Amino acid sequence: MAEQTLDKTAKADKAAKAEKADKAGGAAQAAPGQARVPTVIADDVHIVYRVNGGPKGRGSATAALSRILRRKGSPGMREVHAVRGVTFVAYRGESIGLIGSNGSGKSTLLKAVAGLLPTERGKVYTDGQPSLLGVNAALMNDLTGERNVILGGLAMGMSREQIRERYQDIVDFSGINEKGDFITLPMRTYSSGMAARLRFSIAAAKDHDVLMIDEALATGDRKFQKRSEARIRELRKDAGTVFLVSHNNKSIRDTCDRVLWLEKGELLMDGPTDEVIKAYEKETGK
Amino acid sequence: MSAPPSADDGLSPAELARKYGLSVSGARVGLGEYIRQMWGRRHFILAFSQAKLTAQYSQAKLGQLWQVVTPLLNAAVYFFIFGLLLGGRGGMENDMYIPFLVTGVFVFTFSQASAMAGVRAISGNLGLVRALHFPRASLPISFALQQLQQLLFSMIVLVIVLLGFGHFPDFAWVLVIPALALQFVFNTGLALILARMGAKTPDLAQLLPFLLRTWMYASGVMYPLEHMLKKAGAHTWVSDVLLANPAAVYMDLMRYALINDYPSSNLPPHVWALALGWAVLIGAGGFVYFWKAEEQYGRG
Repeated sequence: MAEQTLDKTAKADKAAKAEKADKAGGAAQAAPGQARVPTVIADDVHIVYRVNGGPKGRGSATAALSRILRRKGSPGMREVHAVRGVTFVAYRGESIGLIGSNGSGKSTLLKAVAGLLPTERGKVYTDGQPSLLGVNAALMNDLTGERNVILGGLAMGMSREQIRERYQDIVDFSGINEKGDFITLPMRTYSSGMAARLRFSIAAAKDHDVLMIDEALATGDRKFQKRSEARIRELRKDAGTVFLVSHNNKSIRDTCDRVLWLEKGELLMDGPTDEVIKAYEKETGK
Repeated sequence: MSAPPSADDGLSPAELARKYGLSVSGARVGLGEYIRQMWGRRHFILAFSQAKLTAQYSQAKLGQLWQVVTPLLNAAVYFFIFGLLLGGRGGMENDMYIPFLVTGVFVFTFSQASAMAGVRAISGNLGLVRALHFPRASLPISFALQQLQQLLFSMIVLVIVLLGFGHFPDFAWVLVIPALALQFVFNTGLALILARMGAKTPDLAQLLPFLLRTWMYASGVMYPLEHMLKKAGAHTWVSDVLLANPAAVYMDLMRYALINDYPSSNLPPHVWALALGWAVLIGAGGFVYFWKAEEQYGRG
């Protein structure tokens, strides 16, 4: 039931999107076959993290002081070159998987596409505002679930009106109230599974142009996992383009038709899912 | 991918982006558009500040009562040290000195806490900044708003203290509203400036308490500033500068508004012009200064 109502609220956004596609597709429609409208263009993207306090040289206070006095760069500042020159074009209607070992730059790349991390060199062009699926950072453990639903919704840019409309659906979908009136208790009293379910329900309540999911599929118990997979499929239907970061090759195979393989911040392979996954599995020896 | 050949082949990424009207992700928008976005997020700013305020004491047994008790205890400590031990009251009797002190402590704490919250507004919320889209100025403004709400709680204590010492409401109490509004604008600007500086140099959060304490002693929170300066034989320009500093200006305005028979000779000349000037200068300047680095927040 919850899914149906969530679907209904997505209608208006869909209509707006179709209109935008028509406008953008003026040139593309003339092309034979399927019109390919780019939604995300990454042009030679480099991302560098600057980390304070990494152990570099001697870490004592006097060493730090002498470095400051000599004005030799920033003391203890280390640079991590997380993404090195990635270029790709994503088109409307595609769902793209990102694979690679831990620390290969997948999540960093998504954050740059979302415009949340500034690029060192290169540019990311997007159609509309890509958004990461997740509101964890906006929620506060000391507040009740009820207030967190409102706060999370507002943080994602929903209006008070929209939140009021969807509030009951979010609560129902999370299943928090199945075992009593938990939504009026502070979130710190929830079990980790319950908190994760509520977080996912809030995050999934909004519709997105370009949707990016960072291994969000594996939360909650089996029943909730099924429900959230269904909701993600729904979101994918409405979103222009979907990016999925996962270490689960099966869920990539199920949901994506194109895969980018990142290793050490470089784009190793970009192609149809089967081809890339096969090569990846050969490389990792699975 | 085996796509059918199209007219797009051979276009550079930048040309392709232009052709389909794609915009650079994470680019800074113009100032007008930025203000419009901020207005769109006004509910978030308010909700976030209220949430922070509630979360602050939610684990304490007395709960929200601490909103009122904390400032009262602060004032009690200062009364004990400056009113009784050090004798810095400049010849004021208790019925004058205690309202003078409590008003000073509350008004200064308002600016001080806004500054402290501002310096950590971005650097302490990197998770939020890296996860969601919103005009980043929402955070420092929200923290300043939280302090304003905290001050309104303190005002309850203040009114009780004032009534207790025989300072009854009169027409001058209306002046509290413009004085507080101007101070809030000033505080918000201060929080915005410090937020940008703190995002670049998180070390500032360690240094700031000392700067703020110096500011507090130089602004006459627990003693009449002019009386102290005369006692110390300071140059006139020193006392002119100290009396015109924003904390002293806003404190004096509040005292003048709330305390009956507070001598207007204690106010520096052109006090309202000063209060307005500081608010406009720091408020608008801070906002523009913060916006100039909008696309850089969130970098480690």
